[in-house]
Order: sequence, then structure tokens, then C-alpha cells
Amino acid sequence: MNGSAHPAVYVDGLVKHFGSTRAVDGLQIEVAPGALYGVLGPNGAGKTTALRMLATLLRPDAGTARVLGHDVVTEPKLIRRRVSMTGQFASVDEDLSGRENLVLLGRLWGHRWRDAATRADGLLEAFGLTDAAGRQVKTYSGGMRRRIDIAASILVTPDLIFLDEPTTGLDPRSRNQVWEIVRALVSGGTTVLLTTQYLDEADQLADRIAVIDHGRVIAEGSSSQLKASVGVGVLHVRLHDPEQRLRAEELLARTLDASIQVDGDPAALSARVTDTARVAYALSELTDAGVEVANFSLGQPSLDEVFLTLTGRPAADQRAEDGDGLDPSGATSQEVTA
Amino acid sequence: MSAPSTERTEAQSVASDAVLTALAVGSRPEAPGGWSASLTFWWRAMLKIKHVPEQLFDVTMFPIMFLLMFTYLFGGALAGSTSAYLQQVLPGILVMTVAMITMYTGLTLNRDIQKGVHDRFRSLPIWRPSTLVGPLLADGVRYTLASTVILVLGLVLGFRPDAGVGGVAAGVGLLLVFCFSLSWIWTTLGIVMRSEEALMGLSMMVLFPLTFVSNVFVPPETLPNWLEAFVTVNPITLLVTAMRGLMHGHAVGGEIAIVLMISAALVAVFGPLTMLVYRRAA
Ligand SMILES: Nc1ncnc2c1ncn2[C@@H]1O[C@H](COP(=O)(O)OP(=O)(O)OP(=O)(O)O)[C@@H](O)[C@H]1O
Ligand SMILES: [Mg+2]
Repeated sequence: MNGSAHPAVYVDGLVKHFGSTRAVDGLQIEVAPGALYGVLGPNGAGKTTALRMLATLLRPDAGTARVLGHDVVTEPKLIRRRVSMTGQFASVDEDLSGRENLVLLGRLWGHRWRDAATRADGLLEAFGLTDAAGRQVKTYSGGMRRRIDIAASILVTPDLIFLDEPTTGLDPRSRNQVWEIVRALVSGGTTVLLTTQYLDEADQLADRIAVIDHGRVIAEGSSSQLKASVGVGVLHVRLHDPEQRLRAEELLARTLDASIQVDGDPAALSARVTDTARVAYALSELTDAGVEVANFSLGQPSLDEVFLTLTGRPAADQRAEDGDGLDPSGATSQEVTA
Repeated sequence: MSAPSTERTEAQSVASDAVLTALAVGSRPEAPGGWSASLTFWWRAMLKIKHVPEQLFDVTMFPIMFLLMFTYLFGGALAGSTSAYLQQVLPGILVMTVAMITMYTGLTLNRDIQKGVHDRFRSLPIWRPSTLVGPLLADGVRYTLASTVILVLGLVLGFRPDAGVGGVAAGVGLLLVFCFSLSWIWTTLGIVMRSEEALMGLSMMVLFPLTFVSNVFVPPETLPNWLEAFVTVNPITLLVTAMRGLMHGHAVGGEIAIVLMISAALVAVFGPLTMLVYRRAA
């Protein structure tokens, strides 16, 4: 980012209450122009609420939010000219065909009828939807649905696009297609702010990631910074003999230099791994010591594990939690450094 | 394209290059004016009718049912003959039916907003009321359709407007103006009310007394005093009197003026109110 340019998104102390629910609670984010920024958080973390405020759909209760240098409260019109929002749910009209939706939005962006039609056809082609162009959107599959949602957001190439959980509920192939589109958007010069519940998605796509919980940022940094703090992966080991778990725990703790988690399954344990090269060594140590391993896997930490590391408690659905007055103050904000 | 593409079917594949090209060629036109945006939303409502033509049931079957029912039920008793009664009751039934249909404006909007697509519209750089004005213009088409059905059936049954085509057109025009204005009440309620059922119930509670306790079926003089007092000030009564006058060629300038004033007042109050609640709607 050069010094004179505005951040694409600048958010400081942003707050939104719904009754007694603090949906967004002092959020702080800064997105550089041209970046692909990921906001990672569990259900009810306040992702949608935050995006809706940035897209000028919802008025903040407190705090500052500037989008492309314009204040969301005082200059919403200037923002709407240059920003597109792809909502989490129905963001096109299900009763209309895909093509009709795009022509409609093309008209609303100021295209003439003929230009709107040309643009619609071009986008349908690029997004692999030409065959389904004339069908009502309600007959589309989840992946097609998401693609038409995104196509509907770029009838006029936006400077900044908000994508609210663009891949939730998609199968791996459809997810890859959406990723490809998102990468194409960024290489075309559009700044992207997307939300997700999947660490690996944020990891694969985003330049920088903010992890949010209870409407505030609990960790922020590049993907590698984030992984350095939560571990690059998690080793899951399952033993033949539960009796040997204690012994295995000691061995792994020593060889991996990490704390070991044990859970419900008496034969299973898992360890956060900061250096994958040591995993093979640790496993051979187990074998040498006569601890029989039934199976093992090395995976990326799940959102749950990230949360466990960052907050010391699992990522529960906050909407369910709201009722019993759980105090979120245990979640101390933590700065991630490389 | 660098990603492996072996397992993709042709129809489903997304070409990043094509996406890039599509992004690059996109021009940035001027934002549309309020009228142009409203017309686009009118087009959207027309497309919805094209996809779900059953929704025209209410504007075709209601009018036919009402006209036949009331003409033959009350005609003999109230005016001696059905054809004499028809001359008086047809303009009334026209008003009543179309006023009833305005209720669907609120219901449609309520359903539309609950589906969530309005978030997209509200994030666009357009004149905000166009989202609502467009559908109201489309409702104008529905009202015209209902009026046509009633008039054609009426002519078949023996309705003979003395003022001819011009008078009938003027009458229908006045009706459309009033109903367009009345619809703003339903747009306000359609946004505020959480459930479709509650909205429907409330709309009925307003519309039934308003349309039935009027001069549509019987002259107000035959009513008890307290009821007559309500009927004479009921805007529907004024509108019906104005329509009868226009269609049969009596002087009704006063009534027309009052109806237009009421219409203007409805828009002046409920237009801004609708926009206020629309902006607040989360
Ligand atoms: N309109 C509303 N009225 C009342 N409460 C709301 C409203 N919108 C959101 N909330 C509450 O605010 C909190 C944050 O919701 P939000 O939808 O922003 O979360 P999210 O991170 O987008 O979740 P998800 O991953 O499920 O989409 C939740 O507790 C939710 O119940
Ligand atoms: Mg959400």
C-alpha cells in the first residue's frame, strides 16, 4: 500500500447491538487496496452484521467505518457507486431466470437495455451458466447459485466487493470454482473482503486474515503469522491400546515440543504441530518405544482448534450461548506476530 | 488456466480468463435516473407475472364473482330489476374490487423483503423509492386488468354508461389515482409487519368496513343516523359517487376534488413514512 492511498476498508471501534445482543462489539479492521482479506469466524460471530454496515445497509451504533475513504454514515451514496455486496442468502431473485436477473441489475447500474443484455450474456458465459441462463434461479444447484450471486455483483466492475460466506455449503468442486472466480477478481484489481468459517479457505485465498469472535477481532495477521500462532497443523493419533496413551502423550510432548490434547476417545490424542518435519520423527519414536499406532493423520487446524488456541474455549454457536450469559471476557485480544 | 480441468464437465466450467475479460470490458455508465430505475422495477414485476401467471387469479376471478353475486343477489330487491341496479352498482363494485386488490401490494412486498433480495437493491446507487414505485406501477396494470374485466362483463350484463367511453375512462383514471395512493399504506405496513398472516388480517380489517360500509350497495339515506354519518365521510363513498357521476354524466366536481385531495394526502403521509421504515428495515 502506498502512503497516500486510503485503505479500502477502515473500521475502528465499530459497534452494533440488537436488543441485548452485541452482534458487533468494537470491531477493528484495515484492508489495503487490492488485497484479498478474509474474516474468519464461527456462526453468530457478527460477520454478516459487520458486512451489512460496511455495505451501508445497516447503521452502526458507534465507531468509525470508512469504505474507499468514505464514511458509511455520511457518504453512503459514494460508497454504493463503487462497492458490491454478495449477501450470504438470497441475493438475486429466485423467481426470475439467471439472465433476467443480470439484465435487471445491469439496468439498475445504468446500462442501456442492449448493453445490459450483452453484459449479462458475457458474464453468463464466463461463469459457465450459459446453458442455465433461461431457467428460474430457484432451479439452480448450490454452486450455480453462488456463481450467479457473484456475477450479479460485477455488472459494473466494482473497486471493492464484499462476499459473505461465498462457499458455505458447496461441494469441493463448486468451492474451487468460486475460489477461481475470487482470485480472478483480485487479479483484475478489485479489492475483496470475504467472510468464511473455514480456516483452510482463509489460508488458501486471503493475504490477511482477521479472526473474529463475539463481534471483535481476536487475532489478525497474514496466513503464516496466524498459523505460527495456532500451529501449521494438527496431528491426530489413535492407538491400538488405550493403556498406552499416557506413555504416548509423554513421548509426543517431548518430540514435538507441544502440548497434547486428549479427548473423549480413550485411545486418541492430538498435538498441535509447528514443524511438520518433526512428525515423522515423533511417530517413529512411538514405534521404537513399543507404542502401537492404529492410525494417524496430519491436518490443518479446524476453526474449532484455532479458537481453542486463541480463546481457550471451543467455537460454540454464539447464538445458542447468548441466553445463558456466558462471559466472553476470557477471550483476550491477542496480537499475532511472525 | 493453470488449475487441473480434467474432472470438469464442459457446461460447468468457469474460465478465470473469461472472468477477467468480463471484468475488464465492463464500462461504468452513469447511475440511472429515478424514473428509469422505477421502470426497471416495473419490468421486474411484469417478469414475475410472466413466470407465475396464477397470481392474476385475484384480479380476474374476484371481479367476476363480485359482480355476478351482488348484481343478482341484491338487484331485484333493491332496484326492482337487475339492469336498473347494475347502472348504480357497477361503478361501486369496480371501486370495491380494485380497492380490495390493493391489499396484495403489501403482501407481495412483504414476501419480497423476507426473501432478502432487497438487500441487493438497497446497496445499489439508485433512487431508493424506485424499488417501491416500480411495483406500484405494475399494480396499476393489475388494477387496469381488473377494471377491464368488470367493465366488459358489465357491458354484457347490460351496463350502459351515459357518458360513453370518455366518461368511463375518466372514472377508471380517478380510481387508479386513488388506489395508487391507497397502496402506500400497504407498502408501509408490508415493511413493518413481520408476518404475512398478520398483514393480511390487518388489511382485511381496514378494507372490509371501508368498502362495505359505503354507498356501494345501498343509498346512505336508508341507514341509521350514526351509520349514515360514517358512510357520508367515507372516502370510498366519495369515490363511488364521483365514478357514478363521471360514467353517467352528472356533475361531481366537488367529489372529484376531494378524492384527489385525499389521494395527495395519502401519498404525502405514507410515501415518506414508507421510505423511513424501508431505510430502517434491517
Ligand atoms: N436483525 C437481527 N435482529 C436481532 N439479532 C440479530 C440480527 N441480526 C443478527 N443478529 C444477532 O447478531 C449476532 C451476529 O449475527 P451475524 O448474522 O452477524 O453472525 P454471522 O457471523 O454472520 O453468523 P453466520 O456464520 O451464522 O452467518 C447473532 O447473535 C445474531 O443472532
Ligand atoms: Mg452470516
